[in-house]
Amino acid sequence: MIAISLNVNGERVNRSVEPRRHLIDFLRIDLGLTGSHAGCEHGVCGACTVRVDGEIVRGCLVLAASLDGAEVVTIEGISDSGEVADLQANFVARNAAQCGFCTPGMIMTAADLLAHGGTPTRAEIREHLSGNYCRCTGYQAIIDAVEDTFRARDATGGPAAAPGLQSSGAGR
Amino acid sequence: MNEITPASIGLSREDLPNSYIGRSVPRPNAPKLVQGRATYTDDIVLPRMLHAAFLRSPYAHARIVSIDSATARDVPGVVRIFTGADLAEVCDPWVATLDHLKGMKSAPQYPLPLTRATWQGEAVVAVLADTRAAAEDGVAALNVTFDPLPAQTDMETALAPGTVIIHPELGDNLAFTRTAETGDIAAAFAAAHKVVEARFVTGRHTGVTLEARSIIADYNRAEGTLTVHHSTQAPHMMQGVFARHLRLNEGDVRVICKDVGGSFGIKVHVYPDEMAVAAMARILGRPVKFIADRFESFASDIHARDHRIKARLAVDAQGKVLAFDVDDLTGIGPYSVYPRTSAMEGNQVVNLCGGPYDFANYRCTTTVVLQNKAPTCQYRAVGHPIATAVTEGLMDLAAEALGMDPIEIRRRNLIRDDAYPFTSPAGMRFEGLSHHASLDKLLSMVPVARIRADQEEARARGVYRGLGFAAFIELTNPSPFMYGMGGARISAQDGCTVRMDPDGSLVAASGVTEQGQGAEAILAQIVAHGVGVPVNRVKVITGDTQNTPYGGGTWACRGAGIGGEAALQAAVALKQQILEVAGAMLQAAPGNLDIIMGHITDRATGVERMTLGELGRIVYFRGDTLPRDINRELVQTRHFITKEYPFAFTNGIQASWVEVDPATGMVKLLEHWCVEDCGRVINPMLVDEQVRGGIVQGIGGALYENCLYDDQGNLLTTTLADYLVPMSAEMPDMHVGHVETPTRESLLGAKGAGEAGTAGAPGAVMNAINDALRPLGARVHEQPFTPERILRALGTIA
Repeated sequence: MIAISLNVNGERVNRSVEPRRHLIDFLRIDLGLTGSHAGCEHGVCGACTVRVDGEIVRGCLVLAASLDGAEVVTIEGISDSGEVADLQANFVARNAAQCGFCTPGMIMTAADLLAHGGTPTRAEIREHLSGNYCRCTGYQAIIDAVEDTFRARDATGGPAAAPGLQSSGAGR
Repeated sequence: MNEITPASIGLSREDLPNSYIGRSVPRPNAPKLVQGRATYTDDIVLPRMLHAAFLRSPYAHARIVSIDSATARDVPGVVRIFTGADLAEVCDPWVATLDHLKGMKSAPQYPLPLTRATWQGEAVVAVLADTRAAAEDGVAALNVTFDPLPAQTDMETALAPGTVIIHPELGDNLAFTRTAETGDIAAAFAAAHKVVEARFVTGRHTGVTLEARSIIADYNRAEGTLTVHHSTQAPHMMQGVFARHLRLNEGDVRVICKDVGGSFGIKVHVYPDEMAVAAMARILGRPVKFIADRFESFASDIHARDHRIKARLAVDAQGKVLAFDVDDLTGIGPYSVYPRTSAMEGNQVVNLCGGPYDFANYRCTTTVVLQNKAPTCQYRAVGHPIATAVTEGLMDLAAEALGMDPIEIRRRNLIRDDAYPFTSPAGMRFEGLSHHASLDKLLSMVPVARIRADQEEARARGVYRGLGFAAFIELTNPSPFMYGMGGARISAQDGCTVRMDPDGSLVAASGVTEQGQGAEAILAQIVAHGVGVPVNRVKVITGDTQNTPYGGGTWACRGAGIGGEAALQAAVALKQQILEVAGAMLQAAPGNLDIIMGHITDRATGVERMTLGELGRIVYFRGDTLPRDINRELVQTRHFITKEYPFAFTNGIQASWVEVDPATGMVKLLEHWCVEDCGRVINPMLVDEQVRGGIVQGIGGALYENCLYDDQGNLLTTTLADYLVPMSAEMPDMHVGHVETPTRESLLGAKGAGEAGTAGAPGAVMNAINDALRPLGARVHEQPFTPERILRALGTIA
């Protein structure tokens, strides 16, 4: 077992892990952060995408033992901070999530594109998300939701300010 | 009764704020998905839970000589090891046939095989441990001796003399065959002006749900109850299956199905490894979890669409279709899959070829054979993409032979919009379709003249683009004609209970299930509409056999049409009941009252008289103030089943615009259009998204997806790096349009929409590719249309 100490979603975490423990299993099984999903365990589908030290990684390709001192942000953390509340609202408005299994990974990958700023074209958004597999939507609504978020941020001069959890889109 | 008018459901005005039918209401269960707060089966952890891993057969066909588990038992964390014989003591085998599929046969199947493995990837031994990793360590330490046997892999030789007979007791490898024949085929072909023919292949592929198959079974010995958390489309069906085969009462089995990470037909079948999990929980009296990994998904999820079709079409000089003659052959693996059977896909090909067209002479045979590959069964749009590709491929060949525009030949042959009711040569009865209106709508969306000009200009530059069309029909809202009639305990009926709670909020419990299509969203809309409350006051419960009315679940595009109608009828009944109570309270005739946005109002003036919360307070807490004999049941249940037609057919047409690079054989999708008619549209946004997602699954089969086996039956595509699925960079933008021809069988008028995209897309893409290749004298009819196949058609490679 290997002792690691890291920061996950702003909280200090100390654990002992098997050398073979992947980050996705560490998050899901050891920490109960079930928002990130294991889809293929080969680094292809993107369902396990999380942020490590500011960069998105595949949780199934990173060993937890390598993360001593790291800063990890998952869908739970990025939701609580409000960083992507506007993106998430656009996913709901566009129905860019159907079964939702890919969605946390999609949000993390789209957040990475949003964090880099600029105004990407639809083709560039498609390219950036091309490592995230979605079986349900056919991708168009996801591209629409990300594009809407860029446009709104361009118009307002930055990311949505309001932190915290978004409310249900129902009833509008 | 068909029109949703104010009178029909008791609303005061057509466009009330709470008139939700036809509105793009966002899904109430979407926010949890985007925040990672959904509950998939693998997110559930139970006390004393064990994890299962399986040793799977490395051979396509092998005798199990011996199983030595001594070393595996000593692996840290390993708790128990089970063989087929162990589980057969508590779990009875099943045979997947249906009585109305005449002559169908299959062999008994056990959770784990007793003597022989019959496909590579079949689970043979189960190891239970305190973690999945330890269970896999245990599997690695097992010592199982197999005696490899010759494998029957090629469907073309499955019935040849001297072939390997997979189940000797069946006599041969023929699982099912059926021929439909109408008219005089020989005379029609003899009299034809042109006859075209082709050999089509649809590639074996699979559903690739991003959430793999997942199950936790927990047998409580003290209560004698089995609780199963299951990623499934059909909880009540599975309740019955677990009870029947584990010798329990149905009432002692509860299936709970929270969030499901994609299904597409993959999760509506009985899988032997999942039955093994339930059997092991039954033996141990503690929870057992099994989550398939991606390798296991590719090797043991059902596959589909493994067909070879030889087909020909006869037309007269005016381009009128005289006859279709189709010979379909399909390999389904070593067992028919329980309980829907693996003959249904071939049967659908027989039912659906030529489906959009008005013609007299038809012959179609399907031959369904066994083989040593993963079992196939129903996957999204069962048989439709095959029948549509064959039909529409032949229509384009006929147009080319006649020198006729592909749009014109379709216009001349599509069933007239005023011809209904109509019975097809295959015997399918159509209540009302809209092929011509759909074609007209499509042509209003597709800029054909501009595209043709662009195509010509591009060709001059050596760039090859093509436009392809595919008209289709889709079978939805199935009656017992589909499965129940054949003896399967699969409910075609569905139910909904709607109740009002003290604060005036509503709870709707439905037998249909949610796997992301938006079933819960449209049920909330329908109930809000039917009772007269804001949609956010409706909570929908699905996926729990103990808390929802018995129903079939969600498959064959029945959620909206069957489950939605039950919800509407229950909501209307509850509204009547509420108004009866309100009338007693307000000293008014119930007929003079209405419910609008959660308020009891005066029907004539619209004046608000009382909130539903106030009515609820009095009924639940001050019932003493109501008349003694008043009926105060603020809960109503209704069930619905279709009665007039075996299926509610829908129709539509798609167009695909592609570019083919003759140097590389690569196909670039430029744009895609679909017009479909699912009857009453309840939520346009959700229907559009069903169509788009369906199109992309169809494109997957047309261009990328293929479960490849070598001739020994070794599966070569076992990771997402080997098996290609559509990703965002390659997919086109898709335009969706609608024509609405509501079914008259229900008040709601809804038919299904989930499979239309998948039904038509491969045919449209194929025709677009062939339109692009036409100046180069090449054609492809074998899916997936890989660069290799296109280059071979071009003669670039041998």
